[in-house]
Amino acid sequence: MAPHSSQLKSASRAVHVRNLVRRFATKTILDRVDLDIAEGEFVALLGRSGSGKSTFLKALAGLDHDVQGTGTLETPENLSVVFQDARLLPWRTVIQNVTLGLPGAAGQEAGRKALAEVGLEGREAAWPNQLSGGEQQRVALARSLVRQPSLLLADEPFGALDALTRLKMHYLLRELCARHRPAVLLVTHDVDEAISLADRILVLDEGHLIEDLRIDLPTPRDHGDPRFAKIRTQLLSRLGVETPGRRAA
Amino acid sequence: MATIWDADEAKSSRSSSRESAYIVPAVARPVTSRSRRRLGPGPAIPFGLQIGPALLVLLWVGGSALGWIDPRILSAPWTVVEAFGRLIEQGRLQDNFVTSATRALLGLSIGLVIGTILAVTAGLSRIGEALIDGPVQIKRAIPTLALIPLLILWFGIGEGMKVTTIALAVIIPIYIHTHNALRGIDSRYVELAETLRMSQKDFIFQVVLPGALPGFLLGLRFAVTLCWVSLVVVEQINATSGLGYMIDLARNYGQTDVILVGLVVYVLLGLVSDGLVRLLERRVLSWRRTLAN
Repeated sequence: MAPHSSQLKSASRAVHVRNLVRRFATKTILDRVDLDIAEGEFVALLGRSGSGKSTFLKALAGLDHDVQGTGTLETPENLSVVFQDARLLPWRTVIQNVTLGLPGAAGQEAGRKALAEVGLEGREAAWPNQLSGGEQQRVALARSLVRQPSLLLADEPFGALDALTRLKMHYLLRELCARHRPAVLLVTHDVDEAISLADRILVLDEGHLIEDLRIDLPTPRDHGDPRFAKIRTQLLSRLGVETPGRRAA
Repeated sequence: MATIWDADEAKSSRSSSRESAYIVPAVARPVTSRSRRRLGPGPAIPFGLQIGPALLVLLWVGGSALGWIDPRILSAPWTVVEAFGRLIEQGRLQDNFVTSATRALLGLSIGLVIGTILAVTAGLSRIGEALIDGPVQIKRAIPTLALIPLLILWFGIGEGMKVTTIALAVIIPIYIHTHNALRGIDSRYVELAETLRMSQKDFIFQVVLPGALPGFLLGLRFAVTLCWVSLVVVEQINATSGLGYMIDLARNYGQTDVILVGLVVYVLLGLVSDGLVRLLERRVLSWRRTLAN
C-alpha cells in the first residue's frame, strides 16, 4: 500500500517528493523520483506513453490505493484534479456538478462565480450532455477552481479536445492560473502545449525524471519564436524524437 | 458591374451544365436504380398496438352475439358489463379492490425499502456483499409460491402472511437490478468523489443512488408486475376478501362474468401501474432524455 500523502511542512512549497517508488507487480513504474514544486509554479510533465506520468499524478492525487510503493510525498490538503475526460456526473446539472459536496448558499454563489469565470454564465441548469466537449471541460475547470486549490493536478486535460478548442482552453487556463495562482502540475504529451503554458518542464522516462527545464520566455508565447523552436527540438530529442520539429512559416 | 454579373452567371450555368452531364448517365443506367429487398420491419402502422386487442374484443363480441361461444365457458361482453354494474352497486367490487390494493401497496413498499437497503449495503461494502448476495441468490432460486406453506405456518392465514409473501417476491427484482446498477457505476466517478473529498453521505446521495436509479426503476417495473401476481396467488389460496377471493368464489358458482370482471380489473391495475412507473422514469431520468433528442 502506498504511503498516504501528508500535509506540507514548509509553507513555500506546494509539492515535496523524495525517493518516490511505485511498482505494479514486478515492474517499477516510478524509480526514486525527487521533485519540489514551489507555490504558484506552473510545471508541465512530459513523457512518452508508459513513462509513468499518470502513475506519478495519481500518486500525488492520493488515488493509488492498491499500488505498492515507498517514499516521501507531501502535498497540500486542498488539491484539485482535472482529468482527461471532464468527468461530470450526467445526472447532475452543471451547477450541481461544480458545487458537488460544497455546502449551502455560499457554495452556490461560489459555483456561479466560477462558472462565470470559465465563460459559462447562464448554463447553470443545463445537463452535462447538452454541452460540447470544450464546455464540459470548462465546467470541470470551474469545479476545480471553486475549491481554491493550492495545487492543481491536470492529467492531459485537453487531450480529447479538437485543436481550436484546445488553443482556447490554453488561454483560459493561463488566465485562470494567473489570477488564482495555484501550483500546477500539467501532465501532457503535447510539447507545444507544455512550452506555451509552463514555467518549468519535466520529462519523465522509464520512471526517472531526465529533464528539468526552466522556460524563461515572455508570455504570451509565440510558437514562431526561434527560442520556442529551440526548446521544442531539445525536448523532442529528450523524448526520443530525433527529427527537429521545425515549423513551416 | 453588369459584365461581372454576366460573367458570373455564365460561369455558374456552365458549371451546372457540367454537373448535369455527370448526373444524367448515372440516372439513365437502370442497373444502379434497382431497389434492394427490405429486410427490416418497415415503418410503423398507425395505432398498430391497438389493433391486436381490438380484434380480440371484436371476436369476443361477434362470437357471443352469433352464439358461437357458450356463456358457461365465456360470458358475453354485455353480461360482463352488467356484472360490473351489479358488483359496484352491491359495493363488493370496491371493497375487494381496496382490500387488495392495500395488501399490494403495503407489500410493495416494504419490499422496495428492504430490497434497496440490501442492494446498497451489498453494493457498497465487501462484507455486505459477502453476507447478503448469497442468501438473496438462494431466495431467488426458490419460487415465492413454494414458500407459502411455510409462511402460513409462521404467520397464519391473516394479512401478515399475504403482505410478507408479496414483499418477499418484490425484494428480488429490486435487489438484483439496483445491485447490478450499483456495481456498474463507473469507477471514474468514485475516483472523482475521492478527489473532491466528498463525505460518505454525499457520495451515496450524489453519486451512488442517482447512478443506480435507472437500474432501480427497471427493477421497480418488474416488482410492480410481480406484486400483482403474488397478490392473486395469496388471495386465491387463502383469503376471505379481495379480488382474488372474489374470483375464486365466482369459480365455485360458475359465474364467468364475475371472473372476467376480476380479470379486467387486474389488466387495468397492471397497465396503470406500469404506466405510472414509466411516467416516474421519464420524470426522474430527464437527464437521459436529452441524449435521445
